[in-house]
Amino acid sequence: MTARVIMQTPDIHRVLTRIAHEILESNRGADNLVLLGIPTRGVTLARRLAAIFQTIVPGAAIPVGALDVTMYRDDLWQHPTRMSSPTDVPVSIEGSTVILVDDVLYSGRTVRAALDAMTDLGRPQIVRLAVLVDRGHRELPIRADFVGKNLPSAHDERINVRLAELDGEDVVTIDQAVSA
Amino acid sequence: MRHLLSTSELSRDAAIDLLDISEDMAAVADRENKKLPTLRGKTVVNLFFEDSTRTRISFEAAAKRLSADVINFSAKGSSVSKGESLKDTAQTLSAMGADAVVIRHGASGAPAVLAASGWIDAGIINAGDGTHEHPTQALLDAFTMRRRLHGAGSRGKGLDGVSVTIVGDIVHSRVARSNVWLLKTLGAEVRLVAPATLLPVAVHTWPVTVDYDLDHALGESAPDVIMMLRIQQERMNQAFFPNPREYSNVWGLSNARWIGLPATTLVMHPGPMNRGLEISSAAADSPQSTILEQVANGVSVRMATLYTVLTGNREVHA
Amino acid sequence: MSAPRFLIRGAQIGSGSATDILTQGNVIAAIGSGLDSAGAEIIDAHGLIALPGLVDLHTHLREPGYEQSETVLSGTQAAAIGGFTSVFAMANTNPVADTAGVVEQVLALGEAAGYATVRPIGAVTQGLEGMHLAELGAMASSRAQVRVFSDDGKCVSDPLLMRRALEYVKSFNGVIAQHAQEPRLTEDAQMSEGEVSARLGLAGWPAVAEEAIIARDVLLAEHVKSRLHVCHLSTAGSVEVIRWAKARGINVTAEVTPHHLLLSEDRAETYDARFKVNPPLRRREDVLALREALADGTIDIVATDHAPHPSESKECEWGAAAFGMIGLESALSVVQESMVETGLFTWDDVARVLSITPARIGGLASHGQMLAVGAPAEITLVDPHDRQVFTTDRLAGQSHNSPYLGIDLPGRVMWTIHQGYATVAGAKLIATDIIAAQAEEVRRG
Repeated sequence: MTARVIMQTPDIHRVLTRIAHEILESNRGADNLVLLGIPTRGVTLARRLAAIFQTIVPGAAIPVGALDVTMYRDDLWQHPTRMSSPTDVPVSIEGSTVILVDDVLYSGRTVRAALDAMTDLGRPQIVRLAVLVDRGHRELPIRADFVGKNLPSAHDERINVRLAELDGEDVVTIDQAVSA
Repeated sequence: MRHLLSTSELSRDAAIDLLDISEDMAAVADRENKKLPTLRGKTVVNLFFEDSTRTRISFEAAAKRLSADVINFSAKGSSVSKGESLKDTAQTLSAMGADAVVIRHGASGAPAVLAASGWIDAGIINAGDGTHEHPTQALLDAFTMRRRLHGAGSRGKGLDGVSVTIVGDIVHSRVARSNVWLLKTLGAEVRLVAPATLLPVAVHTWPVTVDYDLDHALGESAPDVIMMLRIQQERMNQAFFPNPREYSNVWGLSNARWIGLPATTLVMHPGPMNRGLEISSAAADSPQSTILEQVANGVSVRMATLYTVLTGNREVHA
Repeated sequence: MSAPRFLIRGAQIGSGSATDILTQGNVIAAIGSGLDSAGAEIIDAHGLIALPGLVDLHTHLREPGYEQSETVLSGTQAAAIGGFTSVFAMANTNPVADTAGVVEQVLALGEAAGYATVRPIGAVTQGLEGMHLAELGAMASSRAQVRVFSDDGKCVSDPLLMRRALEYVKSFNGVIAQHAQEPRLTEDAQMSEGEVSARLGLAGWPAVAEEAIIARDVLLAEHVKSRLHVCHLSTAGSVEVIRWAKARGINVTAEVTPHHLLLSEDRAETYDARFKVNPPLRRREDVLALREALADGTIDIVATDHAPHPSESKECEWGAAAFGMIGLESALSVVQESMVETGLFTWDDVARVLSITPARIGGLASHGQMLAVGAPAEITLVDPHDRQVFTTDRLAGQSHNSPYLGIDLPGRVMWTIHQGYATVAGAKLIATDIIAAQAEEVRRG
């Protein structure tokens, strides 16, 4: 296995700042926004986005929540039993503009599950998707509205996102499987 | 987790994972829409060879909240009571396509026999077998204790250093056995209090301390949790104790004993209670009593159990 | 003078050296080398050990009444494949063997089958109910010549009745074989009481329930100067009581089953009802104490307590399952594993505990004699070097409730010779009709 570094702290901060600007532009401001991170790293990224919003629009307190999708997944029989994470949505999402936030967009199945999970909580007006990395290989008709970095990858490669709050460092790497 | 037969099979991590998933399941109960789509298309059979309405409806609610189909198979009054064997019943359920079987049986080990038999491929969940174990009861008890003691910060925590005193008919209690193993795994200190007739002769091999005298046990140090077990009055006919009055006087949580406890001591009972025998009404209805929470938490813990048994690719399970 | 029958070449007699054995009719005609083989079938027995035909003092043949589990024919076929040439059939049939009629019927069925000598055991009390003495004298003087009496499966728990039985059988040199189990202490009991039963939530069977009865019975035997045999000892404490009684000169003999020499209570962990047995499997310490006691002679014999049950009696929850396990086919292998391989026993010791002493206790003169010129041609040839996983292929009886299936065991019975003819040849059972005809021939003289 060889790991190649794709992004580090400044890169991550730069793309999140760009995404924040794009969100504000498409939403025409910070009104009605709710950031819902998909555990675990999506929640951390959502919190960083919220902090960036505050620097751009002083006083804007955009609600951040965690939306666990485990119980909505369609692949619970393909892997060992998955741990669930707390869902914590501090405000009603009814009629709001929800930005779903995740670290890596791959098959699209997690996002599909997130849409279902969200539906059980309420009916937002608009739902958008923001991801740090889009690595391709979609299996469902799903596309991100805001992408930090497009990273074409092979199936047998692994994208690793590590964030300082959880992992002690900010780094995105791609692990290349060395064929035997 | 392929089956849940005994709490002794649970590692600390596995037990805490189950409790953490239960927390997430409990959160669903607070929403307007209490249902999750997780087990859509799965069939859960409640196979009850003994009457136990409360345990059955708890499992039924849990399965339904996860969108599983539920078949209730009460063995009483069915072909089973007319001599059909466990094997034939199991094969019938297998033919119906049961994905999980929740079994309550009067014989210790019946769930283990079912799990090892090859008669049925379903996940087996022990909902109480004879005088052996009742693992989901112990999980819900631990869950209840953890929530009371750690509140919102429960996630990821065990019950390290928590002192739990279990009082009553230990030798015949599946609740006591499941609790002893699970509480030990979670780091709690368990003390059993009962007359020697109601303790296993080999209780010294268990990871517990034992006291025959409730007043002595409570006098030494007040426990964080006192759990009273149901006493069956018929036991006096088998010379386990002279009569209910004497039992109640010596081993019951009377008003006087309850008042002597600190306000922080939790009072637990797996139900159904004999008020005035093993527990006074004042104790049972007090703010320290968790008895109704135990019932509510039962659904969350059973949802977590069903989820854990019914999902996952089986090859990877050890 | 009948013709030479078998020339067994190169067998090691017990712990002795390899030699040839020539049988003629139903006796051993010669032992030595360079024997005249004219007309005899030659058995190449190099590497095999010759033992006097094995005698089981404790077999449940189930007939009459429970033919779905075993019959006299199928049970004696199991005996033959296990190297036994005689079995004592327990009385808990239906009807109970408590009259001359029933014991004579069992005797006749055994004779007709021809695989082994069947000696019926008579019930001590009518219907095994522990209330009234059965017709012990009638059974003793019947054609079955009953000398061993037992309520096995149940204990003669009434002390007065036990005293009377011990006294009564003195008139025909009988022996009471007691199933030592205090009934009140073992109500609903499922397995040995201790660490494992406490954990599994199975009602415990205390050692004292066995030991208390044995202690009482040896004192009764001493008081009335009678002969007591104690069935299937299972605890270290029982060994101590027997040791004390023998030291005191009490006329008591004791048996242990193969399973109590090899298996311990932890086998119940999986609730696999094949390991449910009465008396129950005990602690590892008990197993070791029983081996020691068998080695030092405190325990006199090994007896199988072969207890066949149909599959539905075992494929169920532990509490609903029947007590008992089969043992005839595996006994010699288990004794080899637990006693010979551990260095506690020589093969002469094996002959003593599985043939010579049980025949003596049961008053069976035609069996249990050292292999010598003039001795009856009751011979078992075992290959001690064989070792394999025990499977149902090794079973010849009707039931498959063996606790050893899937377990690696040494030794294999290659030949069993009974009344001069082979019931097992090359580890294969000889066909029913051939054996019946051979037995008929022997009866006609």
